[in-house]
Amino acid sequence: MSGLQRGGAAIVGAAESDLGAVVDGLNPIDLMAQGIHRALADCGLALRDVDGLLCATTQSRTSGLSLSEYLGISPAFIDTTILGGSSFMFHVAHALAALQLGLCTVAVVAYGSTQRSVGRRQASMREVNPHETPYRPFLPSTAYALAASRHMHEFGTTREQLAEVAVAARQWALKNPVAWEKKPLTVPEVLGARMVSYPFTVRDICLVTDGGGAIVMTTPDRARSLKKPPVYVLGCGQAITHANISSMPDLTVTGALPSGRDAYAMAKLGPADIDVLELYDAFTINTILFLEDLGFCPKGEGGRFVEGGRIAPGGELPVNTNGGGLSYCHPGMYGLFLLIEAVRQLRGESGGRQVPCETAIAHGNGGVLSSQSTVILGTAATV
Amino acid sequence: MEKSPLAIYEEHLARGELAYQYSLDAGKAVFYPRVICPFTGSDRLEWRTASGLGTVYATTVTHPQQGAPYNVALIDCDEGFRLMSRVEDIDPMAVKIGMRVRFRVHKPEGDEPPYPVFVPAEAAP
Repeated sequence: MSGLQRGGAAIVGAAESDLGAVVDGLNPIDLMAQGIHRALADCGLALRDVDGLLCATTQSRTSGLSLSEYLGISPAFIDTTILGGSSFMFHVAHALAALQLGLCTVAVVAYGSTQRSVGRRQASMREVNPHETPYRPFLPSTAYALAASRHMHEFGTTREQLAEVAVAARQWALKNPVAWEKKPLTVPEVLGARMVSYPFTVRDICLVTDGGGAIVMTTPDRARSLKKPPVYVLGCGQAITHANISSMPDLTVTGALPSGRDAYAMAKLGPADIDVLELYDAFTINTILFLEDLGFCPKGEGGRFVEGGRIAPGGELPVNTNGGGLSYCHPGMYGLFLLIEAVRQLRGESGGRQVPCETAIAHGNGGVLSSQSTVILGTAATV
Repeated sequence: MEKSPLAIYEEHLARGELAYQYSLDAGKAVFYPRVICPFTGSDRLEWRTASGLGTVYATTVTHPQQGAPYNVALIDCDEGFRLMSRVEDIDPMAVKIGMRVRFRVHKPEGDEPPYPVFVPAEAAP
């Protein structure tokens, strides 16, 4: 992302909408609006200050129109890029560019989904692919299971190692009051749960919840005058490798490798400089793949890396401190929640799950490992 | 354009052939069939017929809410292209990465077009 300026914009407000199973009759635009209202209150700005609007949902064909109408605004800058769960990391890069160029002065990035309430089939349009649909892949699970099979074959990764990822996420979730899951989880429980697509049981797979939220971004000058300490965008990177799993070049290497490389280059930081990681864990294999591709362990070592609680609370490397898509919340496109948690950690607002940190990675994944987008964030001390 | 790439592909399948495109400019196989070569942007794509032999690249067994679990696999064909398919005639959990497989046409009942499936290479006639 050459052209983007390190620290050229800051996230100043962040909030979730209602999560989990929301009340009847709420729609995704309601949740976006609620998230925006809360995120603006978080930083002390008002709707009239917003002149940049970025949003994505699978439940509205023209969400930029619906949300603008709902809020009663006509934003100078608008972006409804939708690339799956990583869309919001793309939005952060685009908002940074727009703020840097003066296309807008206050941008909000919003998401909303009621997929639990309306059912997964209602929440996203079914697409027929003549080269995949006849084989009845249960998407996205079957696609990620294929990636896991390849990782297990090439590197000896085990189901127990995958389960460790789910167990660590659950331990973090137990420290997050708004997490969906409230009970402890063990490796044998993960292995013994209902099989969905081998090697994944239902406990290797993200939740199906409702939820939404928003973040507010502005220029560094304006950010310093607001209520909360600014969280600066230090680095952004992105990569698209395919859309369908049958077109993924190598099932053991994701676009997080180039997206991470670009984000690190822009941030002038490396993996050793990152204090807390929020990685898109739609499936247990994701966390392993992204730890490898973002440089926290060598390729193939991810399974062994997560053993022994290394990424769990009290472990060496804090990963997915909100409980992740596996145990906290996953309304279908989870990326925004990674950004919200990274902001809270960097502000020291994460309560019982707070870790000491000045830098964070929020790494988004979309489709079936298809789109990868990395955002590196930091406190004022890092700029 | 007189016929879509998909229509030509399905005509081959109806004749019992697994067809793929070969990019003359890239010197590489292209799959799924399309109008433009994804390696070069060229439209010089030539239809070829595969030998039908391939190797399992990745495999899973998907468990539906109702009914028997079934195999879903990615197959690397010897001509250098990959496709999603399934391996039949053996227990779905017995499908292993690296296994040699051979193509056969599956003709669904009703109006659905035929599609390629695979069987273990040594078991095929």
